[in-house]
Amino acid sequence: MPEMLSLSNDPILFLSVMVAKILVVFIVVVLIVAYATYAERKIIGRMQTRLGPTMTGPLGLLQPIADGLKLFFKEDIIPAQSSKFAFILAPMMILVPAFITVAVIPFGDFITVGGYLVPLHITDLNVGILYILAMAGLGVYGIVLAGWASNNKYSLIGGIRSAAQMVSYELAAGLSMIAVFMLSETLSLRGIVDAQAGSVLNWYIFSQPLAFCLFVITSLAEINRTPFDLPEAETELVSGFCTEYSSMKYALFFMAEYANMIVVSAITATLFLGGPAGPFAGPINLLLKIFFFMFLFIWIRATFPRVRYDQLMFMGWKVFLPLALLNIVITGAVIVF
Amino acid sequence: MIKEFIQGLSITAKHLLPGHTTTVEYPKQKLEIAERFRGLHRLVPDHDREKCVACGLCPTVCPAKCITVEAGEDENGVKYPKVYQIDMLRCIFCGYCVEACPVEAIEMTGEYELASYKREDFCFTKERLLK
Repeated sequence: MPEMLSLSNDPILFLSVMVAKILVVFIVVVLIVAYATYAERKIIGRMQTRLGPTMTGPLGLLQPIADGLKLFFKEDIIPAQSSKFAFILAPMMILVPAFITVAVIPFGDFITVGGYLVPLHITDLNVGILYILAMAGLGVYGIVLAGWASNNKYSLIGGIRSAAQMVSYELAAGLSMIAVFMLSETLSLRGIVDAQAGSVLNWYIFSQPLAFCLFVITSLAEINRTPFDLPEAETELVSGFCTEYSSMKYALFFMAEYANMIVVSAITATLFLGGPAGPFAGPINLLLKIFFFMFLFIWIRATFPRVRYDQLMFMGWKVFLPLALLNIVITGAVIVF
Repeated sequence: MIKEFIQGLSITAKHLLPGHTTTVEYPKQKLEIAERFRGLHRLVPDHDREKCVACGLCPTVCPAKCITVEAGEDENGVKYPKVYQIDMLRCIFCGYCVEACPVEAIEMTGEYELASYKREDFCFTKERLLK
């Protein structure tokens, strides 16, 4: 049995493997972000009996690159009455938590590098879920800050809505997660994946179907996707919190939205679908699960209209929160008796 | 409620299958225009000259005032339009000129791709309208 690679037994190899893992995960996430925009436009287009992008390259495949270049060369406008520091900080404050959440997602078992065992995750925090919740909570600061710093009524309302939505839905999301780690008895994502190992029937989607549904729905609300995209509701709020943003700063908001989609898909796959477990190599299994959830989110966006604000609050506080609590009670009862 | 959600999702899923798009990829693929479509004008030729007798009814009836006609007489004393010009930037394609013409010398074709980079290109002279 080879030894686990650590900073003490081969520092240079450890650091280079670490950097390589971080780079690979980062590049993969950025690539998925870029092509998620393409996939979203293509799939929604088809679902609405249109075609989506077709002109840029074969089948429009170069569209994300064209979009990126276009946004990069656009004029960067900062409103005169805005709070400049917060205005510039906000897009980064949304994007960074979205990307660093990926660090705790396990994307495979162990591989051997230079005679040492290397785990396929960037880091394994023993409070992994707490970290995820903290980063999700941090992300909303970016939206609120963007709304406030723009000095624009639409942006401000978008930001406030986002804060209210986050408070209401993070509770239900967190409570539905609690049922999962009552079963796994660990907060580490690696531990949760190990607890689901063995057979497909060990996956928590089968023992916790209610928690799974609740988590998927509430995380839709947390990442501001349709039907919960009230913070940027085009029909009422122009573009919500990113009304005043242009150029690359707008692109950062856009990237953050898709990065959040990937993160939420990855967390759902890890908590309920056994993470990297499956018929193929670990990372491929995880990617397939992520793509499945991304497709589901896009499908939902193509189908359902936006919920009303009072409906949103009603569902958050009077439906999802009691259901999540009920789920915890039932899970606890099953564990004890 | 769940039943309606599933119904909606299945409709969009059905549209995702190939063959459900209604888009016409315009420059590559064109819709067939109607028979009575009012596009670019054409002056109808009659033997060696245009049918037009320069009576001046079309500029009179034209609500956009885009037709310029200057009458002239040839060696046989027959009236003909020395100048016949339509300013396509002003034309509203109402078709009144066609209706007003007593000798059916002007008609409208199905040509609708009239965009151009130059202002002069929108001034259709007698030679261009006879084509």
